[in-house]
Amino acid sequence: MLANAIGIVFDGLAYGCLLFVISIGLSVTMGLMNFVNLAHGAFAMVGGYACVVAMNRAGVPFLAALPIAFVVSGLAGIVLERLLYRRLYRATHLDQVLFSIGLVFMSIAAATWVFGSQQQPVRLPDYLRGQVHVLGLDLGAYRLFLIALVAVVTVALAMLLEGTRFGASIRASVDNQQASAGLGIDVYRVFSLTFALGSALAGLGGGLGVDVLGLDPTFPLKYMVYFLLVVAVGGAGTIKGPLVAALILGILDVAGKYYVPQIGSFVIYVAMVVMLLLFPSGLFGRRT
Amino acid sequence: MSAVTPSVAHADASGRLATLRWSRFETLFWLVPVAGFFLFPKYLTLGSQILIMGVFALSLDLILGYARIITLGHAAFFGLGAYTAGLLARYGWGEPLSGLAAAAAVAAVAGWVTSFLIVRGQDLTRLIVTMGIGLMLFEAANQAAWLTGGVDGLSGVEMGKIFGMFGFGLSGRTAYVYSLVVLFGVFGLVRTLVRSPFGLSLKGIREGEKRMPAIGVSVRRKLTAVYTIGAGIAGIAGALLAQTTQFVGIDVFGFQRSAEIMIMLVVGGAGYLYGGLIGTAVFMLLQDYLSNLNPVYWQFWLGLLLVLLVLFARGGLMGGLTALDERWRRRGG
Repeated sequence: MLANAIGIVFDGLAYGCLLFVISIGLSVTMGLMNFVNLAHGAFAMVGGYACVVAMNRAGVPFLAALPIAFVVSGLAGIVLERLLYRRLYRATHLDQVLFSIGLVFMSIAAATWVFGSQQQPVRLPDYLRGQVHVLGLDLGAYRLFLIALVAVVTVALAMLLEGTRFGASIRASVDNQQASAGLGIDVYRVFSLTFALGSALAGLGGGLGVDVLGLDPTFPLKYMVYFLLVVAVGGAGTIKGPLVAALILGILDVAGKYYVPQIGSFVIYVAMVVMLLLFPSGLFGRRT
Repeated sequence: MSAVTPSVAHADASGRLATLRWSRFETLFWLVPVAGFFLFPKYLTLGSQILIMGVFALSLDLILGYARIITLGHAAFFGLGAYTAGLLARYGWGEPLSGLAAAAAVAAVAGWVTSFLIVRGQDLTRLIVTMGIGLMLFEAANQAAWLTGGVDGLSGVEMGKIFGMFGFGLSGRTAYVYSLVVLFGVFGLVRTLVRSPFGLSLKGIREGEKRMPAIGVSVRRKLTAVYTIGAGIAGIAGALLAQTTQFVGIDVFGFQRSAEIMIMLVVGGAGYLYGGLIGTAVFMLLQDYLSNLNPVYWQFWLGLLLVLLVLFARGGLMGGLTALDERWRRRGG
C-alpha cells in the first residue's frame, strides 16, 4: 500500500517535473508581457519532433538529441517572436488567444503533413530503462533521470534569475515594465531572450516527454490545458509557483488515474478550479 | 483596437441613437435565408446547419462581443442543450418546442451556476475555467456512455411533429424553416436586449468597468445575466442540432467546437450581432468546400486565416464593412 503510494508520488513528481520544464517558459512570458500564449505547447512539440528526427533519422544518441531539441525550439522561438509575437504585445487578450490558436492549428497541420498523425516512437538508451533500486524501493530509471535533469535545470534557472544581471532585468521587468524601461532596461530585448529561453526549455521538455506524454501532432491541443493550469495556479511570472503547481498537478493526476480511473481526469480540473477560486492570482502570483 | 470592436459603432459615428427600427439592410439581410429556401432546395440541410450555428454564434457574440468574456468552453452549453433535447426525445418526449425550452433551461442554469466562476478572476483564469468546464463535460459524456452513447453518439432521437403538423422529413424543409424561425426569434430578442438599457450598461462595462459601480450598476450581476442568457441560447442551438439531425455526437462538447464558433464569430466581427451570422455562413460554406479537398490543408489555412485576421483585419468582415460605411458617409454626408 505504502509502496504503491510512494510509487505514485514518485511518478507524479516525474510527470510534474516534465510539466514544469515545459510550462516555465509560459509562466515567464505571461508574467513579463502579459501575453496569453496558447501555442506554447507547439514549441514543446517542435522540440519533441526534433529529438525524434535526430534520434531516428540521424542516429544521434538520446542525450545528444536533447540539446538539439533545446536549440531548435529556441530558434523557433526567436524567429516567431521577431516576426509575429512582437506585434501583439499591446493587443487584447482575445487577440492573443485567437492568434495563438491560429498558430496551434498551423503547427498541428504542419506536423501532420510532415510526420503523419501517428504517435512517434522513441527508443530510450538502455541505461535509462528499467528500474533502479533506491532506499529499498524500485524506481523507474527514466523518471529518476527526468527528476534529476529538471532539478538541475531549475537550479540553473534560479541561479540565472537571482545571480546574474540579466536575471535581475527579467525580475525587474516582471515587477514593473514601465519603471524598468525608465531605468534603461531594454524590456523588449529582455522579452525576446526570455521568450527564446522559454521556448527552448519547452522544446527540451518536449524531447524528454516523448516517452512519458507521447508525441503526435495534436500534442499542443491535448496538453494545452495542463500548461495553462500550471501557470495560472502557480502564478505567472515566478519559478516557484509553476514548480509547486506542476508537482501538485502531476501527483494529483497520477493519483487520480490510479485510485479512481473512471473520473481520473476530473480530479485535476476540479482541484485546479478550486485552487483558482481560492488563489485567483495563483499560489505565488502577484495581484495585477 | 482589437478583433472585437465596440457595438453600435456606426450609430455613434453618425450621431444617431440606437433604435429598434429595422433598417433597410437588415430587412434585406433576412430576406436572404428566406430566398435560400426557394432557391437552393437541395442544400437545405447545409442551410439548416448554418442557421443553427448562427444561433450558436449569436450566443457567443453576447458573451464575447458585448460582455468581453473570453471563453473557450462555450460548447459546454451547446452540448448540454443538445443532450437535453436528444435525451428527452430518445426517452419518449418527442415534442420539439418543449424540448427546445427544456434545453434552453438546462443550459441557462448551467450558465448561471458557472457564471460565479467566470465573473471574478482575470482573463487567464476565465479562459482556463471555461476550457476546463468544457473538457470536464466532454469527459463526463464520454464516461456516461450508458446515457449519452459515449463516442458513438446518441441515436434513436425521434422527433414528433411541430404543432402536430410539420414532421421532420428527409427533405430537410421542416428543419430549415424551424431553424430559421428560431434563429429569427432569438435574434429579435437579442437585438432588443442589446439596444436596451441593459445593452448600454454592457457597453459601459466594456468601456469602464471600474467606474460602473459609481453609477450604481452591479457589474457582476450584469455579467452573470449576460452569461446565463448566452448559455441558454447556446443550449437552444444545441437542441436545434439534436432535433434536426436526430443525433447527438460527443463532439458537441469538444474544444474544436468552441474554437470553431469563436473563429466564425471573429471572422464575421464580434459585437455586431450580424457579424456572427455572416461569419458563420462564410466559414461553413468555405469549410464545406475546402475541407472536402483536404482536411489537413483546411486546418492549416484556418490557422493562417486566424493569424492574418488578428494581425491585419481586426473587426472581421463587419468591421471592414462598417469602416467602409463610415468612409462613405463622411464623403457623401
